[in-house]
Amino acid sequence: MTGGPRTATLYWTAVALGLLLGGTIVATEFLGRAGPTVNLVIAAVKAALVAVVFMHLRWSSPLQRLFAGAAFFWLAILFALTFADYLTRRA
Amino acid sequence: METPVEMQFDDPAQQREASALGMWTFLASEVLFFGGVFTGYSIYRWKYPHAFAEASHHLYEWIGAVNTAILLTSSLFIALAVQALHTERPRRAWRLIIATLICGLAFLSLKAVEYWMDYQEGLVPGVRFDASKFTDPAPATLFFTFYFSMTGLHAAHVISGLLVLTVIGITLRRATDPGKYANSLENGALFWHLVDIIWIFLFPLLYLIGGPK
Repeated sequence: MTGGPRTATLYWTAVALGLLLGGTIVATEFLGRAGPTVNLVIAAVKAALVAVVFMHLRWSSPLQRLFAGAAFFWLAILFALTFADYLTRRA
Repeated sequence: METPVEMQFDDPAQQREASALGMWTFLASEVLFFGGVFTGYSIYRWKYPHAFAEASHHLYEWIGAVNTAILLTSSLFIALAVQALHTERPRRAWRLIIATLICGLAFLSLKAVEYWMDYQEGLVPGVRFDASKFTDPAPATLFFTFYFSMTGLHAAHVISGLLVLTVIGITLRRATDPGKYANSLENGALFWHLVDIIWIFLFPLLYLIGGPK
């Protein structure tokens, strides 16, 4: 790791995460059927904030980012191939 | 002070890079490990959206939300601890590790209370399950099986994280040169953050998937 986040960056990230959590509650109460979808998008943003700032990916080497990205790339394959099967089955 | 360079490495930066890459490889295996359960959950949520929504409404949304807030706070604490050790403030790092551990224990305690309340309500498949609560009990059973296996697996990871951070914390506290353990603390923190990320997805998938009550 070179450099790394400043203390203020860490605090502001935590504030942003708190606001996003609040946003999740609001979305559930007021957005009706769109709520769960919005909640998953919010979850993805939160996860990205944790990974980029708290887990230092923003300050990491490209190789570390590649390793982190590979996890989600393979996860995407797992989901894509599984759903390619289920969504195309005939009843 | 940095972690002393072992003989197989040229310099501290290379050693740090190798240790971080090893940790990320492990985290990737963890992502895929949980990924299997998440995929299974998604398939059945897609097959039985109404039964899953109805079942989800029986969970305590506020406990899930408070626990999310607790874990997010703990992630901040451990990130601050890593930074404190880097800027040579080991006592501050130690205090922040303690704060992280307290958050983790609070999370587990609340989770235990919640499990107990779920049991009282008859939401535990195979143990105490009140089928009369649901219009379609079979997929509801499936939902709660996912709920207990996903949160249980996650809780096991929180417990491992607590153990790892406790050992690192005590080692730091007793060391004459705490900076030596910077790499260990960073890797422990990475694991803790991943456990947080998994919960970030579990919260909306299990507690909020039904939309407003």
